Amino acid sequence: MTTYRRGWVWLSAALLLLAAAVVLGVMVGPAGTLSSANWNIIWNVRMPRVALAALVGAMLSLAGASYQGVFRNPLVDPYLLGAAGGAGLGATIVIAFGRAATSDWIVDPLPLAAFLGAIAAVTITYLAGAAFGSMRTSTSLVLAGVAVASLTSAIQAFVLQRSSDGVIRTVYNWLLGSLVKASWHDVRLILPYVVVSGAVLLAHRRHLDVFRVGDDEALTLGLNVRRVRIVVVAAATIGTAAVVSVSGLIAFVGIVVPHAVRMVCGGSYRRVLPISIAVGAAFLILADIPGRMLQNPAETPLGVVTAFCGAPFFMVLLRTRRATV
Amino acid sequence: MSELDFTDLTVSYDGQVAVQPLTLSVPAGGWLCLIGPNGAGKSSALRSTCGLVDHGGSVAVGGVDTSTMSTRGRARAIAFVPQVPVLPADMMVGEYVLLGRSPFISYFGVASANDRRLAADVLSQLDLADFAHRRLETLSGGERQRTVIARAVAQGSPILLLDEPTSALDIGHQQKALELVDRLRCERGLTVVSAMHDLTLAGLYADRLALLHEGRLVAEGTPADVLRAEILSEFYGVNVRVHYEDDGTPIVIPHRSSRR
Repeated sequence: MTTYRRGWVWLSAALLLLAAAVVLGVMVGPAGTLSSANWNIIWNVRMPRVALAALVGAMLSLAGASYQGVFRNPLVDPYLLGAAGGAGLGATIVIAFGRAATSDWIVDPLPLAAFLGAIAAVTITYLAGAAFGSMRTSTSLVLAGVAVASLTSAIQAFVLQRSSDGVIRTVYNWLLGSLVKASWHDVRLILPYVVVSGAVLLAHRRHLDVFRVGDDEALTLGLNVRRVRIVVVAAATIGTAAVVSVSGLIAFVGIVVPHAVRMVCGGSYRRVLPISIAVGAAFLILADIPGRMLQNPAETPLGVVTAFCGAPFFMVLLRTRRATV
Repeated sequence: MSELDFTDLTVSYDGQVAVQPLTLSVPAGGWLCLIGPNGAGKSSALRSTCGLVDHGGSVAVGGVDTSTMSTRGRARAIAFVPQVPVLPADMMVGEYVLLGRSPFISYFGVASANDRRLAADVLSQLDLADFAHRRLETLSGGERQRTVIARAVAQGSPILLLDEPTSALDIGHQQKALELVDRLRCERGLTVVSAMHDLTLAGLYADRLALLHEGRLVAEGTPADVLRAEILSEFYGVNVRVHYEDDGTPIVIPHRSSRR
């Protein structure tokens, strides 16, 4: 039997980890450590990159945990209902139909298209799931998500198949996720979405605990299951779409971070959500470091690093936990 | 204390009728047990009462139609113990019982000191105080059932619905669980509606039985009125004998004409 320590101990530990990650993220880079690098690199290259990694990691982890809560499935991630497919398609279309033509636009259409693509895909999933299945269970919604994801990837493949190699390469890099071009502008762009979405999700952590006994029992405990699920999915989707629009599709964070947190500190969402925010931010800051060092000056895509580091870590955790439970 | 009234309650799934117009009344503090063969509509009647399936007609708690209640309002009036409750493996017993307070916590609120105290009271009343920090997965079948009943009681609703509360328990734990429900009914003035398969146990604890057959109410009354060999053989298609204790309590005994 495992007795979980009090939540604030774990939260403090997670915040310490985050602080350490921030310091490390600012100190380490191809241009050397803090002392030898000049202020311009620190302020304009590393700090926005660390800030963006923190926002993206925190948001994906929080959204993943929330999705897992409302779908009562530990293996889902914030891309479940088609957000990734929609964002990918939006980005693909912009890249394929003339990145050069839009270079003088006031608003960069790439993040906008990815953001809108993700929102549109999840909206279609929701409408389709509601139309074709009883909303009592979430299964129809998940299946609709699979259908929408297949559809978006089909259209994407069609567009790419007619594109030049350069376009394909650019799209491919975007899909793998990267923070190479991180700037304070990106941080400012997504910060409001992340803050609002995060606040809404955190405010629903008690509801997610009620969801743990299943839709039916949650309903008999007075939870408006459908409404809460829509609110949580909408908030998680908007936050996810915002971060994906600037970072591309970073894999694995949304599943592995909440799951690891759950294994260490117990399954109560009152703890899982806040701790996932800190751990997710720290994880992505740290995962971004080898990416910029390994193949300097060319970069290893962040999504590759997260999957490469996350998967074995996850397996070890799964194994050790299995042994102690 | 509240009474529960069904008026022309109907339930159907995609046109398939599960409950024919059912009119029944359970007095405040009473215990009605729904009996009947599998598929008779017992669970459908219970599940429609707590809002899990849509129904026609009306269900009223203390004279208030449940269709006018919000989800939260209904949960404050009616607590439900499902046949197979979902017990998250790593949730603590204390946390689980505290979930029963959900209908009283405001949308963005957290459990108040009062909610925690009420949940703790229920835990100690049900001899679960020592279990508060145990994970649900470590409980035995009898302990689980007591924990689920504790959550329903922590809800503080005047109506308690139990769907097959004893089907997974051995005879000793069946008796303990039903004694517990009866004690809570007397101490807290709960109105209990249960669906049960064990006819003798149903007759021992409920003060009225309602026999459903193919969605229709075919017999209703005291255990002695309903548990009669000819009624049971007609609707269950079984060969049983009913033995009466000295105090009139009916005991249903399966009967076999001869051993091969």
